[in-house]
Amino acid sequence: MPPDSPPAAVPAPRISAATSQPPPGVVALFFAFAKMSLAGFGGALAFARRGIVDEHRWMTADEFNETYALCHFLPGPNVVNLSVVFGARFRGVIGGIAAFAGLIGPPMVIVTIVGALYMRYGEIDALRRILTGVTCGAIGLLIAAVFRMMLPLLKRRDIAALAIMVLVFVAIGLVRLPLQLVLVAMIPISIAVTFMMRRGAT
Amino acid sequence: MNPNGNPVWSLVLTFGLMSLFAVGGANAAIPEMHRIAVDVRHWMTDREFADIYAISQLSPGPNVLIVTLIGYSVAGITGALAATLAMCVPTAAFAYFVSRWLARSRRSRWPAIIQASLVPLSIGLMAASALVVAEAADRTWAALLATIGAAILAAATRLNPLWILLIGGCLGFAGVI
Repeated sequence: MPPDSPPAAVPAPRISAATSQPPPGVVALFFAFAKMSLAGFGGALAFARRGIVDEHRWMTADEFNETYALCHFLPGPNVVNLSVVFGARFRGVIGGIAAFAGLIGPPMVIVTIVGALYMRYGEIDALRRILTGVTCGAIGLLIAAVFRMMLPLLKRRDIAALAIMVLVFVAIGLVRLPLQLVLVAMIPISIAVTFMMRRGAT
Repeated sequence: MNPNGNPVWSLVLTFGLMSLFAVGGANAAIPEMHRIAVDVRHWMTDREFADIYAISQLSPGPNVLIVTLIGYSVAGITGALAATLAMCVPTAAFAYFVSRWLARSRRSRWPAIIQASLVPLSIGLMAASALVVAEAADRTWAALLATIGAAILAAATRLNPLWILLIGGCLGFAGVI
């Protein structure tokens, strides 16, 4: 169980833990996701977990992990998928739209303003130097994320998965092939390999 | 896909299609965004792309907002809105239907297998993202060292990512990088 499961304040059994709070309304969904999103520098996921599981107790940690796993394996921005699936679970399509609008709307306004300032003042020397430094930091963060995700594969000595990973890296990063082409070829291969490995393991 | 047509439509087509192939989230689709925005459509230069990536990471909110900035640079506010919705709505609708379908067929083990098989693809794509942005940015030895330093700092500590970006910004401002 993840360490950030809800505190023991709710004595009810786990199954009913999620229903210990009334389901959020449409307006509550919008503001909850707006708040998580604006707090979420460098990705909103950690803040989504904190808001949904710890603060509002709209889901148990397990339910959150399950929903997140689903949204992670679907294509597209994971947190965006999560907001829609989560909102729709409580309030139907309108709830999904409200959560999505909260997640995307306010930060979109901010990033557009910053973008407009960049278009106008981007050539100023001091700003150029700052952005160069920030870019280094951002790439470093990405490399660290890759490293963290790779660790379980390295620990398991999962050669097949590592080989697929390297192949995708070379095809996209070095050869610069179109994404669709690479995925259409690699997804079936990866699924077949995973399926065979699991069958061999059991 | 008419390159001379309305730029807003080409944003919608580009990101609407990309959305459905963005396995592993927005950060895994960075190489494809770069390929289309810089190499295919010539919407921006390499350096502008690296700058926009930095700005999107520095801003609050989901990583997908780099798409908002690409849209804005192509067609202003309309472009920002069109690109963002095109990147989010198709896959969000897909997620909605899949989650309803899965709620009814819980026992299948295929979701777990597909999920596990997509993990190496996501990691490979994100690693490619790091390379693509690094190549698009100004390439100096100091920048390379700062990038490696940031990666080690982020991997070895639980420091808030924002601090790492701000440290990078300060070093850049001081003229070290």
